[in-house]
Amino acid sequence: MSPLARADTIAAMPEAALAEQAVPLAQALLEASESVLEDWLRGHGQVPGSGEIEGFRLLALHRQAARGTPSFNACRESCRELIFQCNMARVSDDTAARARRLRLAAMVARHLALFVAGKLENAGLGEFCCSARDLRGRDEGLASGTMEGKHG
Amino acid sequence: MSEKSGISSKYRKVAYYPGCALEGTGHAYNRSTKAVGKALGLDLVELKNWNCCGAMEVKNIDPKLQTFLSARNLEIAEEMGFATVMAPCNGCYHNLKKAEYDLAHDPATRETVEMLSAKAGDVAYQPGHVSTIHALDWIREAIGEEGLRARVRNSLKGLKIANYYGCMYTRPRHIFPEKDQGPGSESTNAPHFMDDLLAAAGAENVEYPLKTACCGGAHTLSDSDTSTRLVLNLLTTAEACGADVIATECPTCHSGLELHQARAAKVFGTVTHVKILYFTQLLGMALGLSARRVGVHENLSDARDLLRARGLG
Repeated sequence: MSPLARADTIAAMPEAALAEQAVPLAQALLEASESVLEDWLRGHGQVPGSGEIEGFRLLALHRQAARGTPSFNACRESCRELIFQCNMARVSDDTAARARRLRLAAMVARHLALFVAGKLENAGLGEFCCSARDLRGRDEGLASGTMEGKHG
Repeated sequence: MSEKSGISSKYRKVAYYPGCALEGTGHAYNRSTKAVGKALGLDLVELKNWNCCGAMEVKNIDPKLQTFLSARNLEIAEEMGFATVMAPCNGCYHNLKKAEYDLAHDPATRETVEMLSAKAGDVAYQPGHVSTIHALDWIREAIGEEGLRARVRNSLKGLKIANYYGCMYTRPRHIFPEKDQGPGSESTNAPHFMDDLLAAAGAENVEYPLKTACCGGAHTLSDSDTSTRLVLNLLTTAEACGADVIATECPTCHSGLELHQARAAKVFGTVTHVKILYFTQLLGMALGLSARRVGVHENLSDARDLLRARGLG
């Protein structure tokens, strides 16, 4: 099952099933999201690392993916939010709250998958806005970002 | 610093840079921002002969030219005697902040801006002279949450709001040195100024986990399907969070949400019902202004029935 399908399936599960299996479902969402970042890294010729940041491989993979690609920080908060919602789902004593947290986590995981899939197709996604970089300058070999000679 | 009126003297009167979107698709944001300012006793003085901030068109081809364009607006503010310029559009706000940062940190950028300014017959803007703030900063700093609460005439009580900040208000973090400075400052990880203001106006903010998530806005025309999928997830998540309304603080985010809401229904067959309103429209109605006065009728997302049912506008 693709990470996106996994997130969709979990988001659509009934409350009782979500609450009952909160711990394995939270883990499944984290692993599905890790696989999204692994695909990105492999697609860019890198070997996904096995390290962790703050106890989470997802954050380490994100940092690895964002190195040299600041626009990848467009999904930094999504990674952190996903972990937050999964943690809350795991520790909550309340059935409804556990289910709600997992559903939100699934929606965040879906966003992460959509963003990365979009960026695999269109590398410029997040480039102009989240990293404040120009889209065309580097394509044209203008390392400094300035069209030499145009201003003189 | 506060005057007897409870308004910070520093922000009572600021330079106003609407930017081009607020004269077009974001007209309702322009209208509601000015109306809220007036209702709060604040003065906005529009920059004379302002130009485009460089937006994405210039920036994507020649970022230093974009810096010059943004810097020229900062110089105009200074020449008009202002130390603060308020830009309600996230794109303009971001570009002016980036110009400030680049001029302060990159000699090559400074050199280009000085050269272009000389060619244009302008004085080159020197970094550190004018501070750029967003409409959220302006209202929060000028009036404060307590001040706003005291001025509310028509509480937003019962209205459930998901606050969507978009990306350019907080990213990249290095161009916003005033953020992440502890209590009282804005957070780039979890921004809250819009939540704070709308809560002061009586609204019930829902927990929204995608408040800074990508909407694909910059690729809305070149890769519409990606944008629609991302926006659809923003909308369905807001609905799952129980929101009646998504509050926005950027004309690009706002149009993107509205247009892709319609496109998602047409292309993917997924209909969502959450309404999209500028935070200034919501604040305006809380201050007793009519829905028409704050331009609700100009939005594509028709919230009039919802607002009437809640006794607003």
